Amino acid sequence: MNINELTAHEILRKIKAKETTAEEVHKACVARIEAVDKDVNAFVRLSDDAPDIKSHKGLPVPIGIKDNMCMRGVETTCASHILEGFKSPYDATVITKLKDSGAVLLGNCNMDEFAFGSSSESSYFGPVKNPWNLDCVPGGSSGGSTASVAANEAIWAIGSDTGGSIRQPASFCGVVGLKPTYGRVSRYGLIAFASSLDQIGPITKDVEDNALLLNILAGHDPMDSTSVNLPVPDYTKALERDVKGLTIGVPKEYFIDGMDPEVEAAVKETIEVLKKQGATFKEISLPHTEYAVATYYIVATAEASSNLARFDGVQYGLRVHPKETRKSKLIDMYEETRAVGFGDEAKRRIMLGTYALSSGYYDAYYLKGLKVRSLIKNDFDQAFKECDAIIGPTSPTTAFKAGEKTADPLSMYLSDIFTISANLAGIPGISLPCGFSKAGLPIGLQVMAKAFDEEMIFRIAYNYEQSQEWHKKRASL
Amino acid sequence: MTTTAQKYETVIGLEVHVQLNTASKLFCSSANSYGAEPNTNVSPVNMGLPGALPVVNEEALNYAIKIGLALNCDINRFVKFDRKNYFYPDCPKAYQISQFDYPICKEGHIDIDKEDGAVKTIRIHRAHLEEDAGKTIHLDDCSIVDYNRTGTPLLEIVSEPDMNSSEEAYDYLQKLKLIVSYLDVSDCDMEKGSLRCDANVSIRPAGSTELGTKTEIKNMNSFKAVKAGIDYEVKRQIELVESGETIVQETRLWDEQKQMTASMRSKEEAHDYRYFPEPDLVPFTLEEKIINDIAATLPELPEKKLKRFIEEYSLKPYDANILVQDRATAQFFEDCAGKLNDAKKIVNWLNGAVLKEMNERKASIVDLNISPDNLVELITKVEDGTVSNIVGKDILTKMIDTQKSAITIIEEDGLAQVSDDSALEKIVDQLIAENEAVANQIREGKDSAIGFMVGQAMKKTQGKANPKKIGELVRRRLLDGP
Repeated sequence: MNINELTAHEILRKIKAKETTAEEVHKACVARIEAVDKDVNAFVRLSDDAPDIKSHKGLPVPIGIKDNMCMRGVETTCASHILEGFKSPYDATVITKLKDSGAVLLGNCNMDEFAFGSSSESSYFGPVKNPWNLDCVPGGSSGGSTASVAANEAIWAIGSDTGGSIRQPASFCGVVGLKPTYGRVSRYGLIAFASSLDQIGPITKDVEDNALLLNILAGHDPMDSTSVNLPVPDYTKALERDVKGLTIGVPKEYFIDGMDPEVEAAVKETIEVLKKQGATFKEISLPHTEYAVATYYIVATAEASSNLARFDGVQYGLRVHPKETRKSKLIDMYEETRAVGFGDEAKRRIMLGTYALSSGYYDAYYLKGLKVRSLIKNDFDQAFKECDAIIGPTSPTTAFKAGEKTADPLSMYLSDIFTISANLAGIPGISLPCGFSKAGLPIGLQVMAKAFDEEMIFRIAYNYEQSQEWHKKRASL
Repeated sequence: MTTTAQKYETVIGLEVHVQLNTASKLFCSSANSYGAEPNTNVSPVNMGLPGALPVVNEEALNYAIKIGLALNCDINRFVKFDRKNYFYPDCPKAYQISQFDYPICKEGHIDIDKEDGAVKTIRIHRAHLEEDAGKTIHLDDCSIVDYNRTGTPLLEIVSEPDMNSSEEAYDYLQKLKLIVSYLDVSDCDMEKGSLRCDANVSIRPAGSTELGTKTEIKNMNSFKAVKAGIDYEVKRQIELVESGETIVQETRLWDEQKQMTASMRSKEEAHDYRYFPEPDLVPFTLEEKIINDIAATLPELPEKKLKRFIEEYSLKPYDANILVQDRATAQFFEDCAGKLNDAKKIVNWLNGAVLKEMNERKASIVDLNISPDNLVELITKVEDGTVSNIVGKDILTKMIDTQKSAITIIEEDGLAQVSDDSALEKIVDQLIAENEAVANQIREGKDSAIGFMVGQAMKKTQGKANPKKIGELVRRRLLDGP
C-alpha cells in the first residue's frame, strides 16, 4: 500500500516509529495529485509554496480544504467566477486551528459553486469526478473534498454541510464525513451559504481519523456568536466503548418508495450487524420529514440571497462594466457583474430566496418555513426521548451519472432528502461506508444523534466499521 | 379671518440617529473614532469580507439601554437583530444589521416646554440599534468609499407624529440632544454627523384627526436646517393642496444652499428591504440585573437638575436653565457653590465671563482646565475689592492661558487695586487740575461727569485704582467743599 493510501492515524504512528516522515507523506500526496487530478478535478488550486514541513509540530498530515474557507493570502473562490482573484486577508478559525495543529494544507478543493448542489458539477472550474467511477458524480457540494480523500490525493479533508454537503458526497465516494452539531465548529471565515444551517466538518478514510480531526476543529470561538461554549471532549475516547444496551431508532420515513433496493438492503444489513453487537433497534417516526426539502429550500435560499448580495463587484472579486449604459453606471455594474459572475444554480437560488423574503410573501414562505423547521426539530426531540441515535441511509441512491440530473434541479434536490433534516434540527450526523453496489459504487450509512453528542455517533460508527472491511477498500484509479 | 396657514395643522415625526461613542464598533473590535485616515478603522467584519461574522458589542447595547431608560422607554428583554437588505457601495455586506420587530427600546417620551409655559409630551415610538454605513465620496469621474464609519453603533430614535410645528420639532431635538449628552454615550454633534435627523412631515385640515400623506425629509445637517426644512416642506404642501394638487408620498432631500427640498425617490421606488432575522446573531434574553445596573448609573437628568437648582440655590429659572445645558458646567457650578456661599455670583461668572471664554475658544469647561477652587478664589478677590470686576475678567483669561492661579497672577502682575486714600487723593487732585472744565461740570451738579474722572483714574493706574473710592474722592473734593 502506498503511503498516501494510509489513514492519518496510521501515518502518525509510522512517523512516530520513524518508518516515514511528514515530507515523504506530503510528496506522495503531491505525486498522486499530479497523477490523477486531471481526471478527478478535486482541487481548484494547490498551495504554491513548498511548505517547511520540518517546522510543523503535532499532526503534520496533508489536508484538502474546501474552496469556501478563507486562507490568508490565498485565493478563495467558492468555485465561482464572481470571486475570481479574491485573496482573503485573514484565516478562517478552522484554518488557524489546522495550522496550529501542524497540518499541511494541500490546496483548495473543488465544490459546487457556493456549495449549491449535490453533484459538484456546478463549479466554475469544471465538474469533479467520482474516483470509483469517473463517469459518476462524487456527490456535492463538498465533492472535491470527498473525492480528494477517496482518490488518495489528500489524507483527509474538510468540507461544509448545509443540507448534506459533507454526508452525501462522503456516501457517494465511500469515505467518512461528519456534519457536527450546529455551533460545535466555528463558522468564522467560512463563506456563508445559509448561516443558520452551515457547519464545517471532517472528511476522512475511517471513523478514528474523523474523531481525530474533529478534536482539532471543534470548540467555541468568540468570533462566531453561533458557536457554543461547551467543553470539547477527546472524541477518540468514544471509540473505546461498545454499543451494548444502546437503543437505535430507525425512522420509517427514511425507507421510501423509489429508493435504490441495494441501498435499502445494505442499510438493513448494518442493523443486523449492530444487533449482534448488542444494540436494540426501534422503529420511530419523524412525521414532518416530507416537508424537510421544501422547508430547506425556503430557509436556505432566503439566507443565501442575502449572504451572496455582497458579491457586487465593488470591493473584491469580479467586476464587469457593460459596454452600453442601461440604467446608471452603478446599477449597470452590479447587474453585469452578477450576471457574468454567478452560474445558473446560484442565480436560481438567489431569485428563489429573494422572492421568499419579499414584502407580501414573507409570511407565506419564510415565516412558514421557520415554523415547519421548529416542527422538524421537535420531531427529533421527541425521537431522542426513545432512542440514543438514529440510523438510516445517507442518500436514496448511490452516485449517479454525470449530467444525469443537471437539467432537473428538483430530482437533484431529492438526493439530500435524508440529510437535510439534521441541518434544520441542528443535530450531528455522519455518513460512513456500509457496502458497495453491484456496479462497484459505495453505499453510505447515516448515524445521527442529539445535539452535541458526536461521541454517540463515533461510538456506533466505529463499532460497525471495525466489524467490516468497507473502510479498507480503496478506489482503483 | 383665518389665514391659509391656519386652515391646516402640521404633523411632524422625527427619526433621530445617535452615534454611540463606544470604544469599538457595533459588531467588531475596530476602533470607533472620528477623523482617522480613510479605511484604517476597519476589519474583515465591518468591511463585510466573505466569511466574517458579527459579534454584538455589549457596551453599545448598554449605551442603548441607558438612552432608553433616560427617555422613559420600556426595554425589550428579548434582544434580536435583523438584516435590512439593500445594495449600495457604502454598505459592504449589502445588508445592514438592524432591529426590526424587537427594538431594544420602545414607548418612551420627552417633555418639551411651550412658550406659554405649558409642557407638551412628545411620545417616542421606538429606538433600535443598528450599524452605520460607510461614506461614499463622489469625484468627477468615479466614486470612492471610506469604510471607517461602517459599523459605528447607531441608536435610531423614532418619535410618534406628536409635533405640530417646526418650533416643537426643534425643541424636541434640542431636548433629546441635551438628555443624551448627559449620558456621556454620544458626541451629539450634528455637524460631525454623530446626531442626524430625518423628519416625516404632513399637513391636514385643522381639527382633523386623520393623518395626511407624509413626505420624509433627509439631509438636514444642523438644528437650523431641521427647522428650515420643515418650514419649507409645510409651505410646499399647503401650496400644493391649495392649488388642488395631491401630495405624493416620497423621500425629499433638503438642499442647504437653495434652502429647499427636492424629490429623491417616490414610494414606488422605495426599497423592499426584505427584513429577516440575522442568523449570525442568536437572540438572547437580557438579565434584569443588567438593566438595573445601568439604571443605577443614570445621572440626574437636566429636567430634575433644573428644578433642584432653582429650589436649592434660589436661582432664576433663566440662569439655571443656561447652567443645565451642559452637564459639566452644572457640576462645576455645584462644586463652586460648595465652596462659596453665593450662588448668584457664581452663576453670573459662569454664565457670563466663563461661558464667553468657552464660546470664544470653542472649548468645554473641562478644556478650560480651571478648577472650581480657582474660580472661587478669583470671585473672592473681586468681591473683597482686591481687583475690579473688569480686571477680574482679564485675570480669568490669563488663568486659562497660563494655568496660574488668580492670586499668582495678581501678585506677579501687580494687579491689586490701589485703595490707599493718600495715594488716590494725589491722583484725583492731578485729574481735577488737568480737567478744569469737567470739574466745573461736576460742581454744577452733572453727576455723569464723575464717571469720566473715574475712567481717567483707571487709565492712569492701569486699572488698579479702586473705582468706587475714586468716585467718592472726586465727590468729596468738588462737592463737599474744603
